[in-house]
Amino acid sequence: MADIELLPHNVPAQGELPELVEELTTLNLGPTHPATHGIFQNILKMDGEKIVSGEQTIGYIHRAFEKIAERRPFYQITTLTDRMNYCSSPINNFGWHMTVEKLLQIEVPKRAQYIRVIMMELARISDHLICNSILGVDTGAFSGFLYVMQKREDIYEIYEEVCGARLTTNMGRIGGMERDLSSTAIRKIRDFIKTFPPVLKEFERLMSRNRIFMDRTINVGPISLERALSYGFTGPNLRAAGLDYDVRVMNPYSSYEDFEFDIPVGQSGDTFDRYNVRIEEMWQSLRIVEQALNNLPEGPYYADAPEYYLPPKKEVYNNMEALIYHFKIVMGEIDAPKGEVYHAVEGGNGELGFYLISDGGRAPYRLHFRRPSFIYYQAYPEMCKGSSLSDAILTMSSLNVIAGELDA
Amino acid sequence: MLSNQEVAEELLEKFGDQVFDFEEPYGLLTVSTTRENIISVLEFLKNHKSYQINFLTDITGVQYPDNVGKEFMVVYHAHSFIHNFRIRLKVSIPEADIHIPTATGLYASANWMERETYDFYGILFDGHPNLIRILNIEEMDYFPMRKEYPLEDATREDKIDALFGR
Repeated sequence: MADIELLPHNVPAQGELPELVEELTTLNLGPTHPATHGIFQNILKMDGEKIVSGEQTIGYIHRAFEKIAERRPFYQITTLTDRMNYCSSPINNFGWHMTVEKLLQIEVPKRAQYIRVIMMELARISDHLICNSILGVDTGAFSGFLYVMQKREDIYEIYEEVCGARLTTNMGRIGGMERDLSSTAIRKIRDFIKTFPPVLKEFERLMSRNRIFMDRTINVGPISLERALSYGFTGPNLRAAGLDYDVRVMNPYSSYEDFEFDIPVGQSGDTFDRYNVRIEEMWQSLRIVEQALNNLPEGPYYADAPEYYLPPKKEVYNNMEALIYHFKIVMGEIDAPKGEVYHAVEGGNGELGFYLISDGGRAPYRLHFRRPSFIYYQAYPEMCKGSSLSDAILTMSSLNVIAGELDA
Repeated sequence: MLSNQEVAEELLEKFGDQVFDFEEPYGLLTVSTTRENIISVLEFLKNHKSYQINFLTDITGVQYPDNVGKEFMVVYHAHSFIHNFRIRLKVSIPEADIHIPTATGLYASANWMERETYDFYGILFDGHPNLIRILNIEEMDYFPMRKEYPLEDATREDKIDALFGR
C-alpha cells in the first residue's frame, strides 16, 4: 500500500487552539427607526439575538419648554403643554389650567369641570388606543390598528368641534372652557359612546386571547412592583405591576370624585398586563364619559375671573371694562400672585405634575414638568436585558414612551 | 390621614435644627434642610415604619441669583401612597460650591432626574453613577436654565416697545 500523503486539512492541530473571543455586536436602535415610534436612540449591546445591555440617548426633540415658559404669560403656556404628550393633549392642557387655577384659587363651575372630564377621558381613550394598536402592529397584527384608527379619528373630530384643533388642541382656558359644548359636539360624543364599544370589543376579540399575541407578550419585559416604584413608574405601567395608584382617585381633581369607575390592576407587570390594563381603562373611561355627559350640570362654563378669562367678544366691543381686561390679558399685563404649587393629573402615561413657582410677575419664575415618560423610560435597559431584540421592541411600545413628553 | 403637623414634629424631633423653614403652601408640607442631611431625611422618611414616604415624585432645580450664598436650590417631592401624603424638601446650595449628594442610592428614578437638573443648572450630584448631560448636546458648555441666559437676544433693538417696556 502506497503511503498516503496527508493533506494539510487532515493534519491534526499542533499546539494550542486559538482562544474563542466572544464579541458583542453594537446595535443602534433609533434615533429614526420605525419601531421606536418617536425620535430617541437606544444603543444596544447584543450577544447574537440577546440584549446584554442598553443605553438610551434622548433629547432629540428637546424644545426647552421650561425655559420658554419663563418668558410667557400664563395663558400662552398651554400651547407648550399640548406638545408634550401629543397623543392626549387635552389632559396636558387642563393639567396646566388646573395648576394655575390652584395658584389663583379660582373655583371652576361644575359644568366646566364635567366638560373637562369628558375631554380628558376621550383623550385617555385615544392615547391608549394608539398604544395598544401600535403594540399590535409590532407583533405583526396590522388590521387591529386600522380598525381602531377610525375611532381615534372620531375623537379628533370631537376635539375639532370643541376647540377647533385636532392634535395640539390648546383646549380650555384658565377658569373654564373657551366655549360651551355645542349640540354637534354632544351629538358626536353620544355617537362615540354608542359606536365605540363594538369596535373595542372587536379589537379585543382580535388580540386579547390571540395565541400569537399572548405568546409574544406574556412574560415579555416584566418589572416587579418594587423596581417599578423605585423607578418612579406611575399610570398604567405601575398599575400593570400591581399597585392601584391613580391620581384621579387619590387626589381627585375636576370633580372626579362624582364618578364611579374601577381601577384595573395587573400582576406581573409584563407587556400583556400593560396591554390588558390599558384595554380595561378604556372601558372605564367610556363609563366616565357616559356618566359625565348624562349628568352634565347646567350653568356657566367659565369662572368669574375677569383678570384671566378673556371676556366674550360682544362685551369687548360694548363695554369699557371688558375691553381693558381683554387688552391686559392679551398683552400679558396681569401679574399673578406669589406662590408655589405642585399639581398632578393622571395623564395618559401616569402622574403628570406641574411644579410652578410664581414670584408675582407676569410669567412663572420657574415651571417644571414632571413627565411620566421621562421618569419611567430609564428602566428600559433593565426591563429588556436578556430578552431578544424583537421582544425589546414590544416592551418599548407597551411602555408608551412619547418622544414629546420624554424630551419636553 | 397623616397630618402635616405630625410629620413636621417627627422631623424636628429627629433632626432638630437641621430641618427648618416649615411652610404649607397650598397644603403641601415644605421643609428646608441642608445638603449634609438631605439623604438622611429622605432615607428616614422612606424607611419610617408608619409614614412610608417611599415614592420619589420629582427632583428639580431652581435658581435665585440674588440670594447670595444660596444661589441654587434643589427641590424634592416625595409621596406616601399608604397615607396619600406629599412632602416637598428643599436644599439651598451656594454657586461657589455647587455640590449635593446623590439620591440614586435610595431611588433608581433619581438617576435621570438628577442628570436633568445637572444638565440645566450645573448642579453636581456627588456620587452619581453617570452624571452627564441628558437632553442637551454634550458639547454644550453652559447651563441653559440659569437666569443669566435670557431667552431673547438682549441686544436686539427692533423689539423695544416704548409703551410696554419689552
